[in-house]
Amino acid sequence: MIHEDMICPFCGCLCDDLVIETEGTEVVRVDNACTLGSHKLMNAGKHRLKAPIMRDSGRWRDATYEEAIEYTAGILLDADRPLLYGWSSTQGEAQGAGVSMAELLGGVIDSTTSVCHGPSILAIQEVGHPGCTLGQVKNRADLIVYWGCNPTEAHPRHMSRYTTYADGYFLENAFRDRKLIIVDVRKTETGSIADEFIQVKPGGDYAVLSALRAIVRGREDVVPPTVAGVTKEQLLRVAALCKEAKFGALFFGVGLTMSPGKYKNVRNAIELVDELNRYTKFTLTPLRGHYNVYGSNEVFTWMTGYPYAVDFSRQIAFYNPGETTAVDILARKECDAALIVASDPGAHFPKKCLEHLTDIPTVLIDPMHTMTTPLVRCQIPTAVTGMDAAGTAYRMDGVPIHVKKFLDLGYPSDTEIITKIFEKVTEVRHP
Amino acid sequence: MNELLVKNAYVIDPINHIDGEVMDIAVRDGRIVEDVGPQAEVIDAEGCLTLPGGVDSHTHVCGTKVNFGRYMSPEDMRAGREVRRGVKHATSGYSVPTTYANSYRYAIMGYTTLLEGAMAPLEARHTHEEFSATPLQDMMANTLFDGNWGVMKAVSEGDIERVAAIVGWTLSAVKGFGIKLTNPGGTEAWGYGKDLRCIKDEVPHFGVTPAEIIEAMIQACEMLRLPHSVHLHCNNLGTPGNYACTVGTFNLVPDLNKKRQSLYATHVQFHSYGGSDWKTFRSKAEPVAYTVNNRPQIVIDMGQVMFGKTTTMTADGPMEFNLYRLHHNKWSNHDVELETGSGIIPVLYRKKNLVNSIMWAIGLELGLLVKDPWRCLLTTDNPNGAPFVKYPEIIALLMSKKYRDAEFATVHRRTESRVDLPALDREMDWNEIAVMTRAGQAKALGITGIGKGHLGLGAEADIAVYPLKVGEIDPAQEYQKIIDGFARAKWTVKRGRPVARNGEILVHGENTTIWVDPKISPEHDMSRDPKFTEMFNHWYSVRMSNYPVQDEYLKRNLRIETEATI
Ligand code: SF4
Repeated sequence: MIHEDMICPFCGCLCDDLVIETEGTEVVRVDNACTLGSHKLMNAGKHRLKAPIMRDSGRWRDATYEEAIEYTAGILLDADRPLLYGWSSTQGEAQGAGVSMAELLGGVIDSTTSVCHGPSILAIQEVGHPGCTLGQVKNRADLIVYWGCNPTEAHPRHMSRYTTYADGYFLENAFRDRKLIIVDVRKTETGSIADEFIQVKPGGDYAVLSALRAIVRGREDVVPPTVAGVTKEQLLRVAALCKEAKFGALFFGVGLTMSPGKYKNVRNAIELVDELNRYTKFTLTPLRGHYNVYGSNEVFTWMTGYPYAVDFSRQIAFYNPGETTAVDILARKECDAALIVASDPGAHFPKKCLEHLTDIPTVLIDPMHTMTTPLVRCQIPTAVTGMDAAGTAYRMDGVPIHVKKFLDLGYPSDTEIITKIFEKVTEVRHP
Repeated sequence: MNELLVKNAYVIDPINHIDGEVMDIAVRDGRIVEDVGPQAEVIDAEGCLTLPGGVDSHTHVCGTKVNFGRYMSPEDMRAGREVRRGVKHATSGYSVPTTYANSYRYAIMGYTTLLEGAMAPLEARHTHEEFSATPLQDMMANTLFDGNWGVMKAVSEGDIERVAAIVGWTLSAVKGFGIKLTNPGGTEAWGYGKDLRCIKDEVPHFGVTPAEIIEAMIQACEMLRLPHSVHLHCNNLGTPGNYACTVGTFNLVPDLNKKRQSLYATHVQFHSYGGSDWKTFRSKAEPVAYTVNNRPQIVIDMGQVMFGKTTTMTADGPMEFNLYRLHHNKWSNHDVELETGSGIIPVLYRKKNLVNSIMWAIGLELGLLVKDPWRCLLTTDNPNGAPFVKYPEIIALLMSKKYRDAEFATVHRRTESRVDLPALDREMDWNEIAVMTRAGQAKALGITGIGKGHLGLGAEADIAVYPLKVGEIDPAQEYQKIIDGFARAKWTVKRGRPVARNGEILVHGENTTIWVDPKISPEHDMSRDPKFTEMFNHWYSVRMSNYPVQDEYLKRNLRIETEATI
């Protein structure tokens, strides 16, 4: 069977033009997706956990969904400070149920944002965010800047769908008319096709952004001959390119958010974009990784007022990144039960945090065996959103997309499982 | 069968010409009926003021822009935190509260129906998700068409039927309610960092003017037989001297509909400015109100400014950037491809600030100078002029000259020479307030026919009982009682079910989303129009098939089908 206009549930590009061919419960062909997307989709039915598993005196055994749900509700109810973490590769509906459950439990809910674009959000909370949808960039931008990211590897279709290689309504010959600036600490494949490649010494982003801001403001006199390894000559050239552009679009990744300076780097980038808007049109977009990490920020925000790291222990929604973020809570050994949904802290978190996860009852909701599996006491397999479950996801620019289902492998969706756990919790802890 | 009897209600129901009659209101299965059986639940109104549930015909409570207002403002969230209790979720936020907080606070004030003023079609799914999470009010969304490429192209070709066809297709696709134009053409110009000054400027690349867009959309709206008229945020918002643009716009509007206005002009306070710069800034409410008084085809809302902190948010991107350059706090902007844009900045309206004081006066002047309360509705353009929780104070200001004078004495002292407010003696009565806060709003939205804004037989049983004894209070003198009374309904009944009592939320309800689906002939079906689909699939960043909002995003909903004339 051929399924057209399907949505790729991998990265924040949420490409929606995929053609997927299935035979029974097998995906036999994927057109239009990049290798990352194809790989995920082609392996849709493989490596799935068949049923929930639970640890019994150190060994895994199969369990029923009812048993696993009962167990999960039990550990959450027993806990004084449960942590509900992950949420970036699942549907918005599941995220919403998660927030309600965290609220009722008086727990903490956090998404992978706190280890990727959390700093971008902190910066936005200080100075705002001049942004736009990706189609606006595609149709108008004659200057693209990628800062601290490598779209060729991490968002392989970003350039063909939305920037460098995309047709633009207001551009005669989009590819020729667009300029590309790449800023990075090393020359990646994306850097080799750039009109300007700016190689910044590690940790030098803040200084380079400041120098560009000074030049744009007409204060090139304060800029020294080199800034973090970048010559003044090049900075002048780049600032001029930005001011001359009719529409500039800056994209940035964790190379900016997680390098020294963190959220201050992003703040500086936003203020540079602000400044440029006094001369021309300029926008900025964080390149979000997980396909629905932005959705978790949206859902958390309309339900609690805060985009991530929300602590309900005081019955109000309390937010203080650095205190209420998952890594911090685990490092302080504060939580006494954890539910991990659609994410893989086992592959990313510091050792200290993982040790604590193994010390407390932890449940993982994930379709496959992951690096987190060895750390948990119970894993509940679910459908993969965008393959055997439908739901809402938010693209990196905030456009909500309905992610579709094209297979039926008989697994329950994340929303179904979380709702069931929530119902059990509600039976004991009435609202 | 679910029955309720509201006894001893002092009813003001302007649509049914009831002005202060003590009566019982019987409700069965969510509708108002002749009478109910002895088993019915009884609420004793104790002779208190009883009105149809409040209707807000222009507010910003759900959607991408509103949510971004929250996202960027943890300081605002901290201002409105309340703990989870009973059926009530924890809440956060003052000027842009969370979805639950908005719903609870409106319910406590007796409001049961809200129109989200601006939904970008491409991002409509988000608005509907938040609608589903709004427990206590029925919701509608006006849909933004100010920079719609398809519309502008059809306007430039002079093809009004095509304009209507595109609007109709889009409304059905995104489950919208009516047409919203925000700075028409200006938001497209903002795509390249420009703006338009007024209705005769040409939109870059599209060869049309705002005047042409507005006129075409008014006609298209009537061709589609939409319940509501075009809902316009005029060009040139917030600049000194812009009243001339506003009056010029109003003078364009033909009278095309016997039942309702042809144009709803929103937050007119922001469009009634005189002077040639901020130094010479002054009120021009008078000529604007004069124009409204002489053109029955126009209904406006006040867009009242109240002092204090708030967050401004509008699809008028260039205006927000200009405002940011004045305020220097923080600025968010979000342009939406082929359609519209938006901007958000926090502001603090201060009495010490002359411009802010004049703005405050202008809104009240409009309310008092427009003779017919059915044509000047009470809003703050929440949260732009102020958060909606300020409505009770505005009501009191309209009802009491004494209160106005007392407040006026505290604003910037040079305000006096720039405004007419101190000279206005009008004091509104209860009936006029009922019109401005519910009956008039429902009529302007065209939803009285589905039982909104009144308490007649068959109407939706949306009822607000306020702890106000009309005969015993002199609003002109005892304005604090008015403020307190309207801030906290004694009872709010939604679809026949008590949902709030004396500030407490009683149920976790579910709303109805009201949307409009114009029935258009097959030859005008845009989903089959090659030029339209090509434009779509070439220039949007989502496929046309992925654009419409799926039915599952609407839980309980009311689809209004109209017989379009195309
Ligand atoms: S770019 Fe991202 S969304 Fe698009 S196909 Fe590749 S992985 Fe999927």
